[in-house]
Amino acid sequence: MSALEHASISAKTASPSRRRRRQKWLPYLLSLPALLVTVWIVIPFFTAIYYSLLRYRLSLPQLKGFVWFDNYLHFLSDGRFWYTVQVSLLYTVITVVVELVLGLGIAILLQRSTRFNNLAAMLLLLPLMVAPALAALMWKLMTNPNFGILSYLVGLIGLTNFRWASDPSTALFTVILVDVWVYTPFIMVLLLAGLRSLPKQPFEAAALDGVPKTFVFFRITLPMLMPYILTASLFRMLESIQQFDIIYAMTQGGPGNTLTVFQVESYLQFFQFTNVGRSAALLMVLWAITFFLSNVFVKNWLRLRERAQGISEE
Amino acid sequence: MYDQERDLIAALAGHRIGRRDFMRRASQLGLGAAAMSGLMGQMASSALAADSSFDWKAHKGTTLKLLLNKHPYADAMIADLDAFKELTGMDVTYDVFPEDVYFDKVTAALSSSSSEYDALMTGAYQTWTYGPAGWLVDLNDYIQDSAKTAGTWDWDDVLPNLRASTSWSGVPGEALGGKGAKQWALPWAFELNSISYNKRIFDQQKLEVPKNLPDLMETAAKITKDVSGVYGIGVRGSRSWATIHPGFLSGYVNYGAKDFTVDGGSLKAAMNSPEAKTFTADWVKMIQESGPKNWSTYTWYQVGNDLGAGASGMIFDADILGYFQNNGDTKEKGNIGFHAFAANPDAKEPTPNVWIWSLAMSNFSTKKDAAWYFMQWATSKEHDLFGAVKKDMVNPVRQSVWDNDDFKTRIAQNAGYLEQFKASEPGAKIYFTPQPLFFDVTTAWAAMLQRLVAKELPVDEGLDQLVASIDDQMSQAGLQ
Repeated sequence: MSALEHASISAKTASPSRRRRRQKWLPYLLSLPALLVTVWIVIPFFTAIYYSLLRYRLSLPQLKGFVWFDNYLHFLSDGRFWYTVQVSLLYTVITVVVELVLGLGIAILLQRSTRFNNLAAMLLLLPLMVAPALAALMWKLMTNPNFGILSYLVGLIGLTNFRWASDPSTALFTVILVDVWVYTPFIMVLLLAGLRSLPKQPFEAAALDGVPKTFVFFRITLPMLMPYILTASLFRMLESIQQFDIIYAMTQGGPGNTLTVFQVESYLQFFQFTNVGRSAALLMVLWAITFFLSNVFVKNWLRLRERAQGISEE
Repeated sequence: MYDQERDLIAALAGHRIGRRDFMRRASQLGLGAAAMSGLMGQMASSALAADSSFDWKAHKGTTLKLLLNKHPYADAMIADLDAFKELTGMDVTYDVFPEDVYFDKVTAALSSSSSEYDALMTGAYQTWTYGPAGWLVDLNDYIQDSAKTAGTWDWDDVLPNLRASTSWSGVPGEALGGKGAKQWALPWAFELNSISYNKRIFDQQKLEVPKNLPDLMETAAKITKDVSGVYGIGVRGSRSWATIHPGFLSGYVNYGAKDFTVDGGSLKAAMNSPEAKTFTADWVKMIQESGPKNWSTYTWYQVGNDLGAGASGMIFDADILGYFQNNGDTKEKGNIGFHAFAANPDAKEPTPNVWIWSLAMSNFSTKKDAAWYFMQWATSKEHDLFGAVKKDMVNPVRQSVWDNDDFKTRIAQNAGYLEQFKASEPGAKIYFTPQPLFFDVTTAWAAMLQRLVAKELPVDEGLDQLVASIDDQMSQAGLQ
C-alpha cells in the first residue's frame, strides 16, 4: 500500500468529532503567523506609548516617573513643536506635489513602450538605487560653495553667493531638491506601470470621435490613473513626513532650527539629549498625523478606484 | 624569534640601551617598519611583565570585547594589541564604528543594559550622561586597589587637568575633579585648541600669526581678500555640541564668559553676560567676513580638510587636526604651523577647552576585573609612548611621554607644535559646567550661533533668547 493510499484511508476512518475539532482549530492555526506579526508590531508600539507618558531622561534617572499626558500638554504651549509640525507638513506637501507632477510628466513622455523609452525609464530609476543618506552626502559635495559643481553652475548665472543648505532661506529648497532627485523615479515608475495598463478602448473611441488631447488627459487618463496616483502619493507621503536621512545628513536640522522635522527632532531628543519621554511623545504625534492622512488617502483611493472601474467599464 | 632580536628587546626593556640605539640596531638587523612596531609593542609588554609584583596573567583565557570609534587612537591600540595578549594571555575582540554613529551605538548598547561590551571609548562630556545613568563603573576603586593595579601604572603621571576633567560627582554644577568626584573614565589621548596656520600663505603674504581675536579677525579678513580661492579662518559650524567645544568655548572663556552661574545648586544660563556678548559678536562677525561660505555645515572633518587642501589660511580648532593635516597625505603636508592662542587681548594665558578621548568600563560587563587590566595596559606609559612615537596617538596624556626624547624629536617636525602645547597645556581643561543637559544646551547654543551668523536676529537679542530657552529647559529638568 502506498503512503498516499494509507493517508487517504486514515482520513476517511478518522472520527467525525476529531474532524470537527480539527476544523475548529484550523482558522486559528492559519491566522497564527499574522497574529505573531501583529504582536511583534504592537509590543514596541505600546512600549512607545508607555514611554511617552513618562518623565524619562536617561541622564536624570532619579526624576523618572509617570507624568501621564504632560509631555503632550507641553507641546501645546511649545513654539518649537508647532514649528516642527509646520515644517514637516510643508516638506511633505511640497515634495509629494513636485514629485507627482514631475513623475507624471516623465511617465507620460515614456508611455509608449519603445526601446528608447524603456532604456530611459531604466536609467531614470538609478537615483532610487542610491541610499538617501548617500544621496544627501553627494549633494552636499555638489553644493559646496568652494568646489561644488552646482555652486559653480549657479555662479555662472550670477548667483555667486548661493549657500544652499547652509542658509536658512534656501535650506528647505535644497533638501527638497535632493528628495525630488531621489524619489521622483519612484512615482514615475508606478505611474508608468499604471499608464501602460490602462484599457485601450476609451482612448481609441476618443480618437475616433476626434476628442481634443487635453480633454482626453483630464477627463479620461487622469481619472483612470487616479488610484495609481493616490497609491504613489500615499507611499511618498508616508516617507516624506518621516524624512530623516536627507535632512539630517545635510543639515542636522539646521541652520538654526530651520529643518527640525519630526524624525530629526525625535532622533536628537533620544540619542543626543537622552530624553526618552519627549522623543516617544513626538513619535506618537507623528504616528497620529500619519494615521489620519493615510486614512484620508485610503478612503479616497477606494472611492476613486470604483470611479475608475466605472469609466473603464463604460 | 632570533636570539639577536630577543636580546635587543631585552636590552631595551632592561633600560640598558636607549630607544634610538634600539632603532639603529633594529635597522642593522634588517627589520622593517612593521616589524619594528611589533618589537616596540613586545618591548612594552616585556617592560610591564618585568614588574614581578603584579600578576598580569591573572585573567588568562578571558576574552574581552571593546566598543571603539574609528580613530587614529583606536588604530594605534589595535596595532599594539598583540602585546596586550602576550602580556596577559587574554583575548580581545572589538567593534569599530564611524564617529557619525558611534555615540548612538554607545547609547543603544548601554541604555539596554547590554553586557556585550566590557570597555568603550568615550568623551568626557558623554560621561555626564553615562555616569549618572549608572552605565559606567567609578574607576576610583580600581585605581586605589594595589592588588588590581600595577605599581608601574602611575596614575599621577597623567596630566592633572585631564584626570580632573574625566571625574565628576554627578551633582549638576559641581566642579570637575572636586570632592567626591567619581572617575568615570581614564584619559587616553586628547586635543586642545590653538591656531594651526598655513605657513606658505603666511610667508607669501608676510603675515604674523595672530595672538588674539581682534588680530585673528584682521588677519583672516586679509587672507580672504588677498588670496584667491582661500578663506581666512576655519571653525566648526554644524548644529551640534561639537561646534561649541573647540575654538568657540576656548575663546569665550578667555574673555571671562561662563556658560552657567551656579548659585546654591541652581544653574542659571549666562550666555548673555556682557563678556559673552562681546566675544560672540566678534566671533559671529569673524565667520561672516572670513569663514567658509557653508560654515553652518562644517564639522571637524571639513575644517581639517580645508586646511590640508590649502582652502583656508588657518583654523582655530583642535591642535591635532592641524597635526594630522601636516603629517598626512595632503596638499599642504609640511606647511602647517602651530601657535598658542589667547583670544582676549587682555588675557595673560590661553584657556583652551579640551576634548579627551577616554576609556570607560561598562557597568554591565561581567568581566570587570579583566576589563580593568585592559584599561591599565591601554593607558600605560608603555602603550602611550608606543602610540605617540610609532602611531598617531597625539596628544599623549602622560607627562613622561611629553618628556621623552623620541617623542620630542617626532613632534619637533611640526613647526611650533611643542611650543604651542607648552604654552597652552597649563590652562587646558574642560571649561563647561558639568550638568546632565549638556547636549541640549550646546545644541541650542550652536543653533543660535547659526541664526546669528545668518543675520536672522541681532547678537544681543539672540543671546537673550538663548538664555531664556535654556533656563526654561533647566527649570523643566528640575535644575533651577
